[in-house]
Amino acid sequence: MFDFTPAEWEAVHLSLNVGLWGTLGCLPLGFVLAYVLARVDFPLKSLLNGIIYLPLVLPPVVTGFFLLLAFGTRGPLGQFLENTFGITIAFRWTGAALAAAIMGLPLMVRAMRLSIIAVDRRLEMAARTLGASWWRAFFTVTLPLALPGILAGAVLCFAKSFGEFGATITFVSNIPGETRTLPIAIYSLLQSPGGEAAALRLAGLSVVVSLAAVLGAEWMERRIITRAGT
Amino acid sequence: MSFDIDVEARVGDFPLKVAFTATTGLTALFGPSGAGKTSVLNMIAGVLRPKRGRIVVDGVTLFDSDEGVNLAPNHRRVGYIFQDARLFPHLSVERNLLYGHKLTAPEARYAHPDQVTALLGIGHLRDRSPRSLSGGEQQRVAIGRALLASPKLLLMDEPLASLDDARKEEILPYIERLRDDLRIPILYVTHAAPEVNRLAGAVVEMSGGRVVSG
Repeated sequence: MFDFTPAEWEAVHLSLNVGLWGTLGCLPLGFVLAYVLARVDFPLKSLLNGIIYLPLVLPPVVTGFFLLLAFGTRGPLGQFLENTFGITIAFRWTGAALAAAIMGLPLMVRAMRLSIIAVDRRLEMAARTLGASWWRAFFTVTLPLALPGILAGAVLCFAKSFGEFGATITFVSNIPGETRTLPIAIYSLLQSPGGEAAALRLAGLSVVVSLAAVLGAEWMERRIITRAGT
Repeated sequence: MSFDIDVEARVGDFPLKVAFTATTGLTALFGPSGAGKTSVLNMIAGVLRPKRGRIVVDGVTLFDSDEGVNLAPNHRRVGYIFQDARLFPHLSVERNLLYGHKLTAPEARYAHPDQVTALLGIGHLRDRSPRSLSGGEQQRVAIGRALLASPKLLLMDEPLASLDDARKEEILPYIERLRDDLRIPILYVTHAAPEVNRLAGAVVEMSGGRVVSG
């Protein structure tokens, strides 16, 4: 059951890469957005909120299409990246990671935002009166208390990135070894006669990876809570 | 050491105008809820900005609207004890106690961990988690944590209000000891007359955002 062909390993490896880089890319932006949405009031806040959550509710193919328009070889952002940094996104695995990050961002922001809202700001005030600068209070009080939610957000984003299909295939197509991630490989196998057995193997593997991610996150969360001493 | 405040502010929709001085010992800031007592403490601690005025502790200007001085809370060296203890739930009692101590320059420290824990009777709690403490124990740790930052002024905002009578009796002797041993002014907000009678050397009475006597 588990003797995968090199092409299948490639898809798995690619999906892990996309999931990892998509999540790492999301983390800083996701945290800043979550913090701003949780703590700062400003005009048009609900609009920003709506834009962040848009990929969650839009048909993924629409998100992929927009990405293609913006980051494609002729898209304004795509040309900018190409000319300025020499980075090509379209039809590369980096484009798959970008699509995955954008699809995972709303899930990450949502989990992080809730955990930041749950941090008692009066504890930060106590820290300030004890001599902590804003940054110190942030790193010693806010961040550790919000950590379980940050972790949960990262895992959700990874799971989403690992399994993203619609936006990815629309944006970067289905190129073996470059953009054929695990779900796209499964889809391709199902399109060809006699591919069901291989598709099932990959499907089983995606269940294993996803389950491991969720269990791993739960284990880390428990460790954090234990360390906090409940 | 002395303390001087003369400020105006807008709190919610009522104006607040307060001026008084305090010296070493315990000064009660007394009055009904909604009189603006906690707002006064928040302005002294630097978490609420007055519209105009001046706050001076031990010769150091914490706030002066005319001179454009407004020290950040972490530079004011003002200890603040809240009604709820506000211990950091993710840190042990020990690390709570030392949080501000470590942030105080060694030459500015006058409070020693062993002395403070002995004074408050919390030495045996040091390895515990804040969540496992009773309300009275939590409040004693909060007092110790504030003291160990070696403040020049101690603010106490109804520190007994959320405790039952037995717990109040447990804490009151410690507050009396602070009052008698510390050489800094203590501002003690309360609306309970018995606490004023028992603890206060001076009383500033507030009502509707004004000082009515004191």
